[in-house]
Amino acid sequence: MTNPATEYAAGQGIGDARLDGRMVVDPDSGTDLLEVAMGPHHPSTHGVFRMDVALDGERITRLKPVFGYLHRNHEKLGEGHTYLASMPYTDRLDYICSLTNNWAYALAVEKLAGQEVPERAEYLRVIVGELTRVQNHALSVGFLIQDMGASGTPLMYAFREREKILDLFEALTGSRMMCNYMRFGGCRVDATSEWLDAVRKVVTGLPQFADEFEQLLCTNEILMARTQGVGVLRPELAVSAGVTGPALRAAGVNYDIRKVDRYSIYDRFKFKVPLGEHGDVYDRFMIRLLELRESIKILEQALKEIPDGPVMDPKAKIRNFRPKVGEAYGRIEAPKGELGFYLISDGGPNPYRYRVRPPSFVNLTILEDMCLGHNVADVVLILGSVDIVLGEVDR
Amino acid sequence: MAVDEGLKIELGKQGVFVTTLQELYNWGRRSSVWPMNFGLACCAIEMIATTMARYDLARFGAEVFRPSPRQADMMIISGTVTKKMAPQVVRLYNQMAEPRYVIAMGACAISGGPFKQGYNVLKGIDRYIPVDIHIPGCPPRPEALLEAFMALQKKIDAQPLTGEGRPRHLDADAPGEFPVPAQGEHDLEPAANKNVWTVPVVIR
Amino acid sequence: MKTLEEIQAAIEAAVPGAGVEIVPNPAPSGEHSLRLKPETAVEVATFLRDDGELALDYLSNVTGVDWPDKEIAEKVKVTRAVTKTVDGVEQTAEETVEETRKRVEPGFLEVVYHLFSMARSHGPVVLRMRTGNRSDRVDLPSLTPVWRSAEFQEREIFDLYGVVFKGHPDLRRILMWDGFKDHPMRRDYVAPDDFEYEPTPHDEVLARAQAHRAAQQAAAAAQEGTGQ
Ligand code: SF4
Repeated sequence: MTNPATEYAAGQGIGDARLDGRMVVDPDSGTDLLEVAMGPHHPSTHGVFRMDVALDGERITRLKPVFGYLHRNHEKLGEGHTYLASMPYTDRLDYICSLTNNWAYALAVEKLAGQEVPERAEYLRVIVGELTRVQNHALSVGFLIQDMGASGTPLMYAFREREKILDLFEALTGSRMMCNYMRFGGCRVDATSEWLDAVRKVVTGLPQFADEFEQLLCTNEILMARTQGVGVLRPELAVSAGVTGPALRAAGVNYDIRKVDRYSIYDRFKFKVPLGEHGDVYDRFMIRLLELRESIKILEQALKEIPDGPVMDPKAKIRNFRPKVGEAYGRIEAPKGELGFYLISDGGPNPYRYRVRPPSFVNLTILEDMCLGHNVADVVLILGSVDIVLGEVDR
Repeated sequence: MAVDEGLKIELGKQGVFVTTLQELYNWGRRSSVWPMNFGLACCAIEMIATTMARYDLARFGAEVFRPSPRQADMMIISGTVTKKMAPQVVRLYNQMAEPRYVIAMGACAISGGPFKQGYNVLKGIDRYIPVDIHIPGCPPRPEALLEAFMALQKKIDAQPLTGEGRPRHLDADAPGEFPVPAQGEHDLEPAANKNVWTVPVVIR
Repeated sequence: MKTLEEIQAAIEAAVPGAGVEIVPNPAPSGEHSLRLKPETAVEVATFLRDDGELALDYLSNVTGVDWPDKEIAEKVKVTRAVTKTVDGVEQTAEETVEETRKRVEPGFLEVVYHLFSMARSHGPVVLRMRTGNRSDRVDLPSLTPVWRSAEFQEREIFDLYGVVFKGHPDLRRILMWDGFKDHPMRRDYVAPDDFEYEPTPHDEVLARAQAHRAAQQAAAAAQEGTGQ
């Protein structure tokens, strides 16, 4: 399907349809600045997030994010629990994508202890990981459009698809959201062939959903007017500020950890890394839709190739697991960006230091830079396009 | 004064509806419980899922999520209340107009849940404000939230308008404002509102 | 990518007197790290970012680690002169005894930086820095001027560990509220006592819940007394 909007984000540009939303702030306009606290209770801050905003008329002249309203002491608790006991806590970091959080943590511990993962488990990880990415991207686009004022419909589309995927997760792991599925050296339970068939069925329906979603949104004039040229992120700033994930790729930087680190078995799959050109809200939104399609491709390949075999490394130790002294940093490409876990072991049953490198937290570094000079109504869009989850920002 | 159920049905067949003021009043209250658009943590995602097509909270007259506490009747505490957030939660509750209800959704809102040992986690919102319904779960499924709604509706239905057990807004002596805790140098001050929460007796 | 030894040599060549040490990491991950001297850290970091071959343009992760004072008990062999009386004659002889000596290794706070290169797709290079101690010499140079991504992460370490980053543009508490006094991620931090209601306490919570129990039982008994 050719779609002018898709081509735009793919870097071909649609020329004059692009609106220049950037305004220049006059620092000595002499008007009084109005200070507004957006949040922590605000319908479009995606949870309990606060921005202290200074306004000159409608324009933002200063924006300071305030964090910590959901600071649940994840890292402190991690130091007091065994390695395995932290696994369910990782579910609650980015609570929309619990399975990729599990994966990053399992990967870090496996690196720390030098463990192997059987092939079937790797395939299962890829399948659940990519399903997670699909539902996250659908949801984040839905919320973005919701913030724009299109109340209901797009979000309902996204949730309809999400429910299908959550049903799969529930059938496999026993829980809709907090899956707690991966273990060091494999996965907790094996998938039945019926489950794989069910996944195949859902995956066959996904391209249609993607088409439908794109048709509904991408060429919408209001959406383009409100998102193009808004919240532009320059690639140099993005790199320096450590922005990762769709927001970075929308700025045109080709950095996808699935391709760079080739962790797990991602080198076996053919998929593209979509890149944006302008780094504005519209690009970030389109990158998510394009990545969703790439994830479907990966899913199709993984479901075709998945081998039989064990899902746990037989040598893996579950009880009394004590990695040797040392440290490791494991990272994956989570739907929101680079999710890393940094573990220091002192040889005991608990990690000495358990650090989470949250993508959404670091991505917020440049929120002020993106918002300056825009209208206050654009802030919710820019924030929505960064795609944050507060559980991960504040931990 | 209650009307005999059988007589009511008979009259209803003839097109005559008889009711009491109390029933009418409670019917009105329970059929339009507008929740506040207020999500705290993971449980909020399940709360949103409940409002979506598959579970459809609209069946309970509660699909209108109001961003402003002034227009809302019910607060769903959907997630972990941290000590940094607790004053704001209490303040929002104070800003809601009576009649108002509170559902504590999930283990965190009830007791701190999995994060109970955290230094910044409040061990249950009922330390500061009165809670009507508690739903356990981490997160509770959307069905559980629907169940909580039904429980709340039953609770409203059973409330008399006068005398013992009447709702708070019909009781001139009941407190309307709840003190907002202050953020001290080490902890919230006070650590609990003694008028709302007393240490439950643990039977061992 | 260059090996760590080569990076070390390159740093020494570019920043004379940088004094970078290699810290080995025995884990199978094999991510060894470089310890920087705080005085030259910003220069070294700028070099690592701008060097064409390394191009470590992406600072991914900044971690604070607390290493409290460690009491080390070690057995030492000590030789000392002992005076003995043998057959009525005082003799001085050398004797070797084993003695347990306690030594306190002073603690410090550590900050760990994980660097990657987006331009060249390699990494990680791990940098670490130590403070002088845990109480008054807790300042370190901020690397925010070199990599923007350190901004919030360093603030977080300032908040939770109390490391003061010199040169940080906006060093305030980030996760806890402004009036908060403690640094809760330090290992000797004691959380506020709100363990009065613990239906199923265990481990360290049990001890703290039990401290409340006596008072609660007394209160319950008093209430029963008035009820009768
Ligand atoms: S109860 Fe569980 S799901 Fe709900 S907010 Fe707490 S941790 Fe999250």
